[in-house]
Amino acid sequence: MSTLTIVLVGILLLVVFGLLFRIQILTAIFSGSTTREIGTSNRVNAVLMLVFMVVGGGLFFYSFVEAYPKMNPPIASIHGHAMEKMFWTTMIVIGIAFVITHVLLFVYSYKYQYKEGRRAYFFSHNNKIEVIWTLIPAVVMASLIFAGWKAWTRITGPAPKDAIVLEVVGKQFNWFARYPGRDMKLGVVNYRLIDASNDLGFDLSDKAALDDFMASEIHVPKGHPVLIKIRSRDVLHAVYMPQFRVQMYAVPGMPTRFWFTPTTTTDEMRAKLGNPAFNYELACNQICGLGHNAMKFIIVVDEPDDYQAWYAAQKPNSQNADMMASFKQMSKQTGLGQGNSQEAKKSAIDETGESPATPLAGQASL
Amino acid sequence: MATNLTGASHGQASVGAATAPATTHDDHLHEHDHHEQHWLWKYVFSQDHKMIARQFLITGMFWAIIGGILSSLFRLQLGWPQATLGWLEPILGKWVIGGKIAPEFYLALVTMHGTIMVFFVLTAGLSGTFSNFLIPLQVGARDMASGFMNMLSYWFFFVSSVIMFSSLFIETGPAAAGWTIYPPLSALPQAIPGSGMGMTLWLVSMVFFIVSQLLGGVNYVTTVINLRTRGMSMSKLPLTIWAFFLTAILGILAFPVLFSAALLLVFDRSFGTSFFLSDIYIAGQALPNQGGSPVLFQHLFWFLGHPEVYIVIMPAMGMVSEILATNARKPIFGYRAMIGSLIGISLLSFVVWAHHMFVTGMNPFLGSVFMFLTLIIAVPSGVKVFNWLATLWRGNIRFTAAMLFAIGFVSLFISGGLTGIILGNATLDIQMHNTYFVVAHFHLVMGSSAFFGLFAGVYHWFPKMFGRMMDEKLGYIHFWLTFAGVYLVFMPMHYVGIAGFPRRYYAWTGFDAFSQFADLNKFISTAAILAFFAQFVFIFNFFYSIFRGRRATQNPWNSTTLEWTTPVVPGHGNWPGEIPAVYRWPYDYSKPGSESDFIPQTVPYSATPESNLPYERELAE
Repeated sequence: MSTLTIVLVGILLLVVFGLLFRIQILTAIFSGSTTREIGTSNRVNAVLMLVFMVVGGGLFFYSFVEAYPKMNPPIASIHGHAMEKMFWTTMIVIGIAFVITHVLLFVYSYKYQYKEGRRAYFFSHNNKIEVIWTLIPAVVMASLIFAGWKAWTRITGPAPKDAIVLEVVGKQFNWFARYPGRDMKLGVVNYRLIDASNDLGFDLSDKAALDDFMASEIHVPKGHPVLIKIRSRDVLHAVYMPQFRVQMYAVPGMPTRFWFTPTTTTDEMRAKLGNPAFNYELACNQICGLGHNAMKFIIVVDEPDDYQAWYAAQKPNSQNADMMASFKQMSKQTGLGQGNSQEAKKSAIDETGESPATPLAGQASL
Repeated sequence: MATNLTGASHGQASVGAATAPATTHDDHLHEHDHHEQHWLWKYVFSQDHKMIARQFLITGMFWAIIGGILSSLFRLQLGWPQATLGWLEPILGKWVIGGKIAPEFYLALVTMHGTIMVFFVLTAGLSGTFSNFLIPLQVGARDMASGFMNMLSYWFFFVSSVIMFSSLFIETGPAAAGWTIYPPLSALPQAIPGSGMGMTLWLVSMVFFIVSQLLGGVNYVTTVINLRTRGMSMSKLPLTIWAFFLTAILGILAFPVLFSAALLLVFDRSFGTSFFLSDIYIAGQALPNQGGSPVLFQHLFWFLGHPEVYIVIMPAMGMVSEILATNARKPIFGYRAMIGSLIGISLLSFVVWAHHMFVTGMNPFLGSVFMFLTLIIAVPSGVKVFNWLATLWRGNIRFTAAMLFAIGFVSLFISGGLTGIILGNATLDIQMHNTYFVVAHFHLVMGSSAFFGLFAGVYHWFPKMFGRMMDEKLGYIHFWLTFAGVYLVFMPMHYVGIAGFPRRYYAWTGFDAFSQFADLNKFISTAAILAFFAQFVFIFNFFYSIFRGRRATQNPWNSTTLEWTTPVVPGHGNWPGEIPAVYRWPYDYSKPGSESDFIPQTVPYSATPESNLPYERELAE
């Protein structure tokens, strides 16, 4: 019954609109406004241009100020602070351009609305001002490019020698973190050895893989450069850590990387935000399937001492009986991971990226 | 069969007339006008560019409604993630489970919304409609260079549309890997249900679409180069034609690359190759594929994808230039700079594609290069904006519905374009990539702007298309509702983006970092759905005016360009007599000394001694 009522009301409303429309046309014909070339609506539209600028601009300003405190994720990395500064500087530059061009657009629209007897000014070109307004944006853009380029090369440049290395691997629909263990070397993995108990396909015939360990959340020490090596097991994912201003795709078959230096521990950030439940979060930011929005991973920034204690308490692969058993079986099935498979070794090294053997002096001294 | 032959010979006759000196064929054409064509050849398999344009337009409008409905559906989910949408169940069936939109359906919605809007509405609907309609009319040709190829272009598009539309109704759902269809997600049916049959249909549909684009593009370029009427030199072309011409060139060069990407993806999907696949363990199985690169696909895709956004926006730029000049009663400011900036944008559009890929693992050095090239493109874009503003300055503006949309276009283009300066900066893109900041940016700068260009074009050229006027008042209502609606949707979306909200998320509820803007998302959804419903004002106005609109005069906007010298409803061949010759540029509005405030291109300088500029006096002799 209610559906029927709604449909009826809808139909009646449409009929009313139709009638109003008809009346509008008939009155327009009757009043002769259809034969006049420029009617009063021209003036109404011109005024609306000004109204739109003032009301729209006001609403924009008000809503921006209102939303601003919620807009900026807290920053917890060194390059994040630089990026934030660059972002808001650029916002101010484009904000100025936005205001100037829009004021001109709406004010001109209002000011130069049709007036009986006035004639538009025949003004086809002026090389001088055209050169000026080509050069000004060019110079502004050049300075923005330069600043952006400097920061970009620094952020994407090689990680410091003493950076802590860990690996993050994405799969539908969760993340794995792996650490190199005591030897500071990430061991060989091979995707053909993957199994329910061996999520990354560790080749346990490689000694370096035996002391690697997997962690259920990422731990990193405050104030120390961290190099994240990133891989994917199936489709594209993206490691997105908004508070650290870190983002990099996880690409199957092509390891990627990102390094950063955390500046604030989780506890410090909790105190700062007054939110005892706060956690740094890692989100997937490249569409990867039905659970795309559920790929959350927690990052914990520890004081260096706490980090070292946590690191020491982790159980290496060699103590994971399930994984060892699974590896033995998969190794038998595939013929891989028997220390004799050159091919597997080679491709595995490609996967883990260059020189897992970096001395990591910093980490060792922690 | 007899009618068939008549139809075909008719088309050829008129094309012949366009290439040969027109005078000798006058009688011939008159003769043809006498016997009526069968409706099938007149309305369906028409070779007349004006009919094909109308076909593109109406198909494009159909797609726009579908695209709009899809976006309203996913905005429901994003605005009210907790709501029970039981009332959708009778319509959507199994895609709504227990009043909740299914996640796979949500991803399909965003994917198909993007695909439909970018390709079927803004590429085919906008450029297909107006390139077809205006190129012959404004360059002074009887029809396109090849009417038959032009007809094929529409029908390939039609087939492509049918396939894409049918993919909405299949068991496993349409493609759902995002409109950019990045493999491996799009390559593996076990990764997402939409990558089964849905993706196959998507790829097949796109192949037809690309063929359609190429057939159309070759025709546009040929027509502009070869079929210009006497006196219509390239430097006397309206900016619309320059824009369509360059757009067609971009399409011809870019679409084949998408074709190759699609083909390689088909191979990976069906024939076991490994162009884009490597080291994949999925659904409990290690795949044998080795050595492919998903990043390679992204390069191929964006080599089309980036020129594509200019393919979408440049026709709108051209039409807006034309409409602003006509209704400000002023010459477009800096005609040559406008052409120069179009050429600059066209060239640069081919060397900026990888700014979509700063954080995909591409070599950071390439990132630097592409950042540099990307930010340069802001310069010609800026020149265009300043020239449009200078065109309004000291004009005598008539606010037709088309003019309002043209002004709206400039506003949206500025608002969306400026944030491109942030996203083009590789450093800032680290944080902004794939967030709602990007979504807001491109919806303003290419989505809404191009739509505004489309609306402006329809309102402006409707009298020439259908011989009747659209209702102005409804046009005003449509404009103000849409203009306000678009800003209410996309301005707040920037805030959500700056906060880092990732796009293509079914819900953000799992993350503390993305929990603060639930009310804002509700607001955006409300505004989006209202703005969508406002479009029905336009649709009503459009169809009502086709049949019952006020009859148009020959040149209702007092415009200078050639299309307004044709009869109110131009027949096959466009001009009943000889094609008029062109003597001057298309922007002689409010010329000092002239009594009328516009001088059509067909008026020779010798007829206007009172208004000729010094250098034109020589041309008059």
